Amino acid sequence: MRKFLAVSAFAIAAAAGIAASSAASATTLTLCWAAWDPANALVELSKDFTAKSGIDMKFEFVPWTNYADRFLNELNSHSKLCDLIIGDSQWVGGSAENGHYVKLNDFFDKEGIKMSDFVDATVVGYSEWPKNSPNYWALPAMADAVGWTYRKDWFSKPELQAEFKQKYGHDLAPPKTYEELMQIGKFFQGRNVDGKTVYGAYIFTERGSEGITMGVTNVLYDYGFEYDNPKKPYQMEGFVNSDGAVKGLEFYKELYKCCTAPGMTNAYMTEGLDAFKSGQVAMQMNWFAFFPGLFKDPNVGGDKIGFFPNPAVGKTQFSQLGGQGISVVSYSEHRAEALQYIKWFANPAVQQKWWDIGGYSALKAVVEAPGFPKSAPFAPDFLKTMGFVKDFWAEPSYAQLLLAMQKRVHDYVVADKGTAKEALDLIVKDWTKVFKDDGKI
Amino acid sequence: MADLGVPNLADRLAAATPETIAKPIRGLSDRALAWLFIAPSIVLLLAINIFPLIWTIYLSFTNYRANRPNAPIKGVGIDNYVSILTDADVWQPMQATAHFVLWTILIETVLGFGLAFLIDRKFRGHGLWTTIILIPMMLSPAVVGNFWKFIYQPQTGLFNYLIGMLTGQSASSFEMIGSVRLAPWSIIIVDVWMWTPYVVLICLAGLRSIPDYIYEAAEVDRASKWRQFWTITLPMALPFIMLAVLFRGIENFKMFDMVNLLTSGGPGSTTEVASITLKREAFESWRTGYSSAFAIILFVTVFGLANIYVKALNQVKSR
Repeated sequence: MRKFLAVSAFAIAAAAGIAASSAASATTLTLCWAAWDPANALVELSKDFTAKSGIDMKFEFVPWTNYADRFLNELNSHSKLCDLIIGDSQWVGGSAENGHYVKLNDFFDKEGIKMSDFVDATVVGYSEWPKNSPNYWALPAMADAVGWTYRKDWFSKPELQAEFKQKYGHDLAPPKTYEELMQIGKFFQGRNVDGKTVYGAYIFTERGSEGITMGVTNVLYDYGFEYDNPKKPYQMEGFVNSDGAVKGLEFYKELYKCCTAPGMTNAYMTEGLDAFKSGQVAMQMNWFAFFPGLFKDPNVGGDKIGFFPNPAVGKTQFSQLGGQGISVVSYSEHRAEALQYIKWFANPAVQQKWWDIGGYSALKAVVEAPGFPKSAPFAPDFLKTMGFVKDFWAEPSYAQLLLAMQKRVHDYVVADKGTAKEALDLIVKDWTKVFKDDGKI
Repeated sequence: MADLGVPNLADRLAAATPETIAKPIRGLSDRALAWLFIAPSIVLLLAINIFPLIWTIYLSFTNYRANRPNAPIKGVGIDNYVSILTDADVWQPMQATAHFVLWTILIETVLGFGLAFLIDRKFRGHGLWTTIILIPMMLSPAVVGNFWKFIYQPQTGLFNYLIGMLTGQSASSFEMIGSVRLAPWSIIIVDVWMWTPYVVLICLAGLRSIPDYIYEAAEVDRASKWRQFWTITLPMALPFIMLAVLFRGIENFKMFDMVNLLTSGGPGSTTEVASITLKREAFESWRTGYSSAFAIILFVTVFGLANIYVKALNQVKSR
């Protein structure tokens, strides 16, 4: 018996040793991103990379609500967890200045990867720091912006069309202006459609991370809000709290009050998807990244769903930039392999497949191809939107700037505290303090 | 220690261990041996409690930011403390915390003692009811926060449905976590639901520690039940009630998880308790020096209040 046990133990130890040595010989890259539909598409796409290079891929996906907290903690603690990270556009300043990301200029030059091959807004938004300078810290990986979905089947009901036209004097159709959007929102609010009470619109109101800021900025931009004086950086008085910005903020609050479903006081992407998929709302603000999934939804997708870009105010039309670039983490022990992944990912054929399976390529060869607008029902709106995007601050102190805006806007829009002017004045005050502490003013 | 012919603890221990280990042990005094035994705990305590505390105090006087390791650390004196104590945006969370702590303690104590008083009696199924009452406190605050979020959902949530049914109002006519007026109460309700059983448990221990003969003597003296309650039950259970209040007070002062999951501090900043502000400053804004000062202020507040309270508790116990 004793002999049997000794032989068994030896066999187990030998097997474990073999397994350990084979595991040690193969490199595994860990890619960190948010847990959402495109991440699943990336897992599928990356199987081609493993097949081609023999490098295994491991994924660390975190829900959006904890995404920034978790990965910024990893970066700040110089963790080796992530070899590659698809980090939010606002992280680029801090990650570049604090040495978290590998600068990619030399690598791009060596491999012939040209930033001019990518959509301009994504290069500025995801890759450059300082902005508008040829210093690249990421390859545009997932182009994204805010757009809208609507219930095409409800909009096409003759009785609703007739009633809407009689009330507002124009057709019930995807809104071209925010004024029209509010009319449609009010029209559907509390209405009985197919035996069910429905609501006008879903908009971002989340307090904890970035939600309400990512929602309200869409409207603010159109109404004339600027982050600072274009001619004098960091001068915010009269730009953040301009008369137009005040009107924009008041509009967002009115839209929230008039046209959203009850309980949407702390709602972001997931709540919007739930509201739309459960047939609760006529129109939904959300990121384009979710639209492929919504189009495939058996209950509200296909013929029932339509898409439209952010409405305009007069001739002004902007959208909040989302999306991310992919960067190599400077603390990675597999830097060469991580760069190999980026080289592979930048390949036009891979980028085309990325779009085909549910990701959003930022490569011009993909999105400006003649067949692109017809490749998906939301593709034309996506392309149009990427032409008028704006992004939040990408300064190293972006988190403080974001927290301040989250607080002031939520206080005004959801908690009815103060006026729009007061909220924007407080944002100017908070942001000024942040930039003063940073020595920028 | 006087040698009474009995081998001391070190010698007995040495005799029972292998020679290699026994050699250094032999000859140690009991006191030295005691220090040897508690040394690992002390080292651990110093490493994970005392050192971080001292380090936090040091950081609170600097401009340090954990997300900028390359930036020079500058001493800022008491600027962080002054800035916190004069900032209206900090006092608002302190008020929200005070509101939360005071009301939860009051309601949990009254309800907890009342329930303990009821289930202290022998009745049919009393064991089952005790178990049922204790279930909420066994759940994780993260789970509780998440499912109460669903319960409070105005259109489909059970809470609004029940209130609607009782009052005849439409269920979606009011929002618990979305309303500035009701949100502070929504977190109080959840905390009361979850932690009243804890108070019940402590009060029950207090009630069961009262000897029966005291009640028997009171019966002989023909004291009414009401009189027995005020002169025997309450005074004798009071130290336990006060202990429960102390524990709940400390816990709720640093409440984070449940509130964060339920309201994220909203709407606006209505339910932003101090620990949420602290987390935002420390791990979202990365103002490490500032947040260290804030943490010290909170620590001193809780420690000071708890000390005053413990003195009062000792006075009650010594009566």
